[in-house]
Amino acid sequence: MTALRDETDDADIGDLHEVVDPVPGAGAPHLPQQPDLVQLLTPEGERMEHPDYPLDVSDEELRGFYRDMTLVRRWDAEATALQRQGELGIWASLLGQEAAQLGAGRALRDSDTAFPTYREHGVAWARGVDPLHVMSLFRGVDNGGWDPVERGFNLYTIVIGAQCLHATGYAMGVQRDGDGSAVLAFLGDGATSQGEVNEAMVFAASFDAPVVFFCQNNQYAISVPLERQSKVPLYRRAAGFGFPGVRVDGNDVLAVLAVTRAALQAAREGQGPTFIEAFTYRMGAHTTSDDPTRYRLAGEVEEWKLRDPIARLKAYLSRSGLADAAFFEDVEAEADRLAARIRSGTVEMPDPRPTAMFDTVYAEQTPPLAAQRAQFEAYQASFEGGEHA
Amino acid sequence: MSAELLEAPATTETLTIGKALNLGLRRAMEDDPKVVLLGEDIGRLGGVFRITDGLQKDFGEARVVDTPLAEAGILGTAVGLAMRGYRPVVEIQFDGFVFPAFNQIVTQVAKMHARSRGLVPMPMVIRIPFGGGIGAVEHHSESPEAYFAHTPGLKVVAVSNPVDAYWGIQQAIACPDPVVFLEPKRRYWDKAPVDTSATPGPLFGSRVVRGGDDVTVLAYGPMVKTALQAAEAAETEGRSLEVVDLRTISPLDLEPVYDSVRRTGRCVVVHEAPVTLGLGAEIAARVTETCFHSLEAPVLRVGGYDVPYPPSKLEEDYLPDLDRVLDAVDRAMGF
Ligand SMILES: Cc1ncc(C[n+]2csc(CCOP(=O)(O)OP(=O)(O)O)c2C)c(N)n1
Ligand SMILES: [Mg+2]
Repeated sequence: MTALRDETDDADIGDLHEVVDPVPGAGAPHLPQQPDLVQLLTPEGERMEHPDYPLDVSDEELRGFYRDMTLVRRWDAEATALQRQGELGIWASLLGQEAAQLGAGRALRDSDTAFPTYREHGVAWARGVDPLHVMSLFRGVDNGGWDPVERGFNLYTIVIGAQCLHATGYAMGVQRDGDGSAVLAFLGDGATSQGEVNEAMVFAASFDAPVVFFCQNNQYAISVPLERQSKVPLYRRAAGFGFPGVRVDGNDVLAVLAVTRAALQAAREGQGPTFIEAFTYRMGAHTTSDDPTRYRLAGEVEEWKLRDPIARLKAYLSRSGLADAAFFEDVEAEADRLAARIRSGTVEMPDPRPTAMFDTVYAEQTPPLAAQRAQFEAYQASFEGGEHA
Repeated sequence: MSAELLEAPATTETLTIGKALNLGLRRAMEDDPKVVLLGEDIGRLGGVFRITDGLQKDFGEARVVDTPLAEAGILGTAVGLAMRGYRPVVEIQFDGFVFPAFNQIVTQVAKMHARSRGLVPMPMVIRIPFGGGIGAVEHHSESPEAYFAHTPGLKVVAVSNPVDAYWGIQQAIACPDPVVFLEPKRRYWDKAPVDTSATPGPLFGSRVVRGGDDVTVLAYGPMVKTALQAAEAAETEGRSLEVVDLRTISPLDLEPVYDSVRRTGRCVVVHEAPVTLGLGAEIAARVTETCFHSLEAPVLRVGGYDVPYPPSKLEEDYLPDLDRVLDAVDRAMGF
């Protein structure tokens, strides 16, 4: 580790000191199950090879990942701040899970479809969803403003695990259509306990559905640690359903990319599902309503800081000369602009039209509901001009 | 009176609904070692609303169980525990998350006593924070009471105040039948004095909480406060509303309601749940059947619209409020 630091020529990297000094992952305790963990970029920012997961990634893509993760992290910080200021009802932070989400999101092709939980803002970003369309959900304006079909990105699902069955069914449709696309279902470690998630895996296996289950094991389901959900590493559950399970370093964007690409490719080729366990950590609270000091120790969070997904890529990019100070500055400036756009776009977001709640309940509006809507409008109108008539 | 009695410590404390539930659970656990709490995040965290705060610390992990994240699992294992002689008290984190457990509740919990010819009772409490008004995202503001009230074998109650919260949870736990215990989440922080040595009234009874002559207004859970506010506002306009806190949804206790409606001749039922086939429909039918000749106006219902609970920016438009109750009162008076 110190050798790495010595090799770095301070003069060359100018003000990038923080990138490699201290070395991000130096002293990070090793992750459990090391032999099983697919890693292509160590916490120290060293590139590794893995026999099963050769990675073909351009320099441009590598810089792109840095940009993606930095922008998404800034969005996340801005959203947390906006919630604190009363501009959002709640926010579910992705802090610490950027690599898992961007690696998985970028492994998708345009024609693929993803089924997120409520925390996949990084995947939303990768799918080209406007952050404001996510903010509108957390502001209480709608249930997500994007077009799920156009984006290949389902609406967020809050009922834990339900989307895994939808993804599987969607994949069964894809399989019938034979268009060579694949489906990516997101879930958390807690979700693996839900009956519906297990049913999804049974169906996926039984029909060789082209679906990949991407589980972000961020170690907690709100306050409940992983051990309450599973006595075995989660990726080993897959074997019981009859398909492969892989554990990947979820803070290593390259490994996540490689593993997810491979799994999606296998799905496309008719080899059926894969379960990916992205081993990561929820750096923040469960949501802005949560107080994690009640159930976990600060030391644990400190340990995981050393495995930060962005710092390790930054170290790699700068050390290998793939990016210079100007690049990092540009990304910072872009992040500032994004944050400003998210802030103004959120606070200026118009409230929904009250009658909207009646309008899309059914594909064919029913006479009773139309009548109720009319009554509602008349009632609301009775308040206009002050005194309730 | 003996000196001892005079010096007895005060037993009246001002409590929030949340704290009253916490103390009620604590007392039930002290009284009966068979009481076991099950739920997501109820142990170390004390529940997302902190209703079980401190209970795991004091009663241990075997009696306050942080379960895996699976509601069918929670309810299904609660059935087994109940068969084994335990009294499971289940916390469902939010109303919208009871549905993965719906199968267990309606096909197993509700029917066990009947299908075993009374041999296997199901003394179980299913606590559900319910209703809206907290600015939450989807599935955190539902009012699912009608599903449960529609299911024979379940008892369903909704508390509206700290006194009923404190006693009601203990009575529900002592009840030999499964009780769906609905907690008005947006009122968790409402306070009132609770006399913890009083003798509580029955759990399955409704109660007149404000006397009046012109219109009978019925509510339960979070809407009781709204009904009382409406009654206060109506008074300033010279209208006198009688407010009944139904308290029990299944079985219904409508005798006090009939008595009231026979005097007022007018009845308005208020709940957050959608009006269509909600509790108001059942109550309107019964009041009409029983008090037909006393009625001056049809029984009117104020409830949620027949739409999915809307995004929080629209919940004030969706939820019945003081104005909508008064509007119904006006219409009832206009007949
Ligand atoms: C069916 C259901 N039960 C309970 C909840 C409440 N809840 C929201 S998030 C959460 C924990 C989820 O943990 P995990 O699957 O690990 O995902 P993470 O939040 O860590 O991303 C719970 C219990 C819910 N949303 N849905
Ligand atoms: Mg988790």
